[in-house]
Amino acid sequence: MGLKSNLHNLKEKYKGTKMAPAFNAIHTFLYLPNETTHNGTHIKVADDLKRTMNTVIMALVPCLIFGIFNAGYQHYAAIDAVNGITTEVSLWANFITWDNFVMGAWTVLPLVIVSYGVGLAVEFVFAVIKGHEVEEGYLVTGMLVPLIVPIDTPLWMLSVAVIFGVVIGKEVFGGTGMNILNPALTIRAFLFFAYPTWMSGDKVWVHGAKAMEGQPDAISGETILGSLAQNNVVSYDWMDMFFGFIPGSVGETSTVLILLGGLFLIFSKIGSWRIMLSSVVGAIVMGLVFNGVVNAGWITESSKFYGLMSTDFWMHLLIGGFAFGTVYMATDPVTASQTNKGKWIYGFLIGFLSIMIRVFNPAYPEGVMLAILLMNVFAPTIDHYVVQGNVKRRMKRLKLKTA
Amino acid sequence: MSNDIKIKKGLDIKLQGAAEKVTENAIISNFYSVVPDDFHSIIPKLVVKVGAKVKAGDVLFYNKANEDVKFVSPVSGEIVDIPRGEKRKLLSVKIQADKEQTFKDFGTLNVESVTAEAVKSRLLESGCWAFVKQRPYDVIAKSDATPKAIFVSAYASAPLATDLDYVLQGKEAELQAAVTALGKLTSGKVHVSVDKNGNSPLSGLSGITLHKVSGPHPSGNVGTQINKIDPVNKGETVWTVNAQDLVIIGELLLTGKFNAKRTIALAGSSVKKPRYFKTTIGSEVATMVFDNGVDKNGNDRIISGNVLSGKQVKADGYLDYYSNIITVIPEGDDYELFGWNKPVFNKVSTSRALTFSWLTPNKKYDLNTNTNGEHRNFVTTGTYEQVFPLDIYPMQILKACMYQDLDEMEALGMYEVAPEDFALTEFVCVSKQPHQEIIRTGLDLMLKEIG
Repeated sequence: MGLKSNLHNLKEKYKGTKMAPAFNAIHTFLYLPNETTHNGTHIKVADDLKRTMNTVIMALVPCLIFGIFNAGYQHYAAIDAVNGITTEVSLWANFITWDNFVMGAWTVLPLVIVSYGVGLAVEFVFAVIKGHEVEEGYLVTGMLVPLIVPIDTPLWMLSVAVIFGVVIGKEVFGGTGMNILNPALTIRAFLFFAYPTWMSGDKVWVHGAKAMEGQPDAISGETILGSLAQNNVVSYDWMDMFFGFIPGSVGETSTVLILLGGLFLIFSKIGSWRIMLSSVVGAIVMGLVFNGVVNAGWITESSKFYGLMSTDFWMHLLIGGFAFGTVYMATDPVTASQTNKGKWIYGFLIGFLSIMIRVFNPAYPEGVMLAILLMNVFAPTIDHYVVQGNVKRRMKRLKLKTA
Repeated sequence: MSNDIKIKKGLDIKLQGAAEKVTENAIISNFYSVVPDDFHSIIPKLVVKVGAKVKAGDVLFYNKANEDVKFVSPVSGEIVDIPRGEKRKLLSVKIQADKEQTFKDFGTLNVESVTAEAVKSRLLESGCWAFVKQRPYDVIAKSDATPKAIFVSAYASAPLATDLDYVLQGKEAELQAAVTALGKLTSGKVHVSVDKNGNSPLSGLSGITLHKVSGPHPSGNVGTQINKIDPVNKGETVWTVNAQDLVIIGELLLTGKFNAKRTIALAGSSVKKPRYFKTTIGSEVATMVFDNGVDKNGNDRIISGNVLSGKQVKADGYLDYYSNIITVIPEGDDYELFGWNKPVFNKVSTSRALTFSWLTPNKKYDLNTNTNGEHRNFVTTGTYEQVFPLDIYPMQILKACMYQDLDEMEALGMYEVAPEDFALTEFVCVSKQPHQEIIRTGLDLMLKEIG
């Protein structure tokens, strides 16, 4: 009783003051508030936004843990590679090891802490200024951001990007639920356009590569997309890609864990299966088109698009950020299409455009970020036409009557 | 021809404390109140003063906008108080009942031969017009309009709802008189919907189009049935009458008396012995809820109406003009440690986000009035559609109401809806938005601007 009543008294004391939202944000993390219904429905469903967001975070945790181990593994594997040793990955022998964990935790956890710390601070400031409650949207964004950046992103850069993303991407529109663009991707896009040298190339995907640049024992790590874009041979087999023992952004490499997370989101009815499924279908269709173009002989090995175009259509689902984007970012309910029919179109176009941008973008061989941001912009348009269908049906009914 | 309506989208919320099918006579209430707020959008003009004697059926006030629409006293007695609120707003008319009830005699009507005009004027002068509501806008019907159809739902599917088959038993004569008379007021049909698995006394009536309804709530809501049978278009009007109010209308036509008696359910998990009562419109709630009902010191919410769209009343409050149920559930004004992330087994949820009500679909729950979270902007999508059977986009229409775009509200189907149609979407709303209030405000705006 003690803590509960003390906190209640504090809440009453802060009521109406500027600090109330900040206090309530912390209070409601401990206790479900004592708010009751007024008129309207007198009972309410058990779910609230915190629970919804928490479910998404739970689905992300396996990716984060895998990302920590993978960060360590890629670092040591790259060092070995410089010394002429090729490593065969083995889950228990050289992947889940204490060394990998320590190395990974030291590099990944600061990203998580900075992302949450800076982002939530911005949220609190806005909540206090505008006098509304601190909204939960950033709980997921704060987790997504460290998982979609390269491992060695400097923390100051991340802070700047997070502040930009939360303020411009969300708060200026009115906070969670009002934004047009996915905030996590806004942050990612800001990083990409402001600091391109830190976001692509073969020096950013493995911890330490950038720091050792120019040294004789410099390590490097190219993502599979990077290799393909330069028509190089990929040294990983599809099992490595599926399980995620490959270089890439922190948490986006393990397709199998993303798949499990996606299934969990679908099962818990939090994520939209329509978007996920149609996005995969869209990617497969685009992949098949490119495969067909290559088979028809229109694009030959001399073309700079050959590497990515000739990649098997199913391989596209495993590499790069496609799976992660589809499961965790495209399904963001605020920025996605809001009608069920619209979700099919929206998802399909994301998959389709992801692969298209991936193949044709010379500077940066990853399309899912731009595809989702683009479709975020068009989602209201898709919804508009879906809703117009309903409106037209109603008009037709009226005309039949009057005729 | 099959007129069955099968609803797929919806949600049956199973609660503890359904009323047992035993009827008692409620303690006769000493005081009765008629609350003008029960009649939405009516501006009341009083015709009685404190101290006046009235019979059951005597006019208390009428609608300032349309003087023909009268509101009458449910009992005979003396007006003891007319409390007023801010700006002298009329809050209620309080009547002390006589020991011996006397009724104003309106005279009987032969419903088979009477004209539409006679029916209409009888309903208006006797106060029964209050029971005739219209869509669009979900307000008391305009008396000069001719509706394209009249809808009666004899199936209540809301949680803990009154079993209409039970309370309407033996009222066939009154029901028949009422539907025959109402049938003269419309150019179209009288649609009556009954529970497919029930045995409704209304299914044997003549002069009606019968529809058998099945599926989860809101299948029994008249709004759902209108949408499936004959949706309201721009410029059209339909009327709706509650099945129980047909009995009062029927009795007026047959006997000439306005007899405001009705059988209501007392239900909810806070009630010791949930059961049915014979009582009168406007009775004190206290005459029913305390005897074998709720604890006097209990922390409970008393609702005149069902848990989804009823009105909160105090223990010394009154049964409202339309309700046929009083529900009592525990208040939820307490904190719950880590209530937002721990697994939940004792609350209803439509998701599976560590909420486990999907494992036990037949379990009866004891829900309280806690909102289970704070009010937020609309975030999640697709949840409303699962419990909303109407051919309307719920979130889009709610947003249109919030930014008050009249053209868009009209295009999205505002003429077809009533606040109660959005009760389930409000229940499942993760952002805890007040859907019914949003729709009500939207309808009021349209009524004011378009009329």
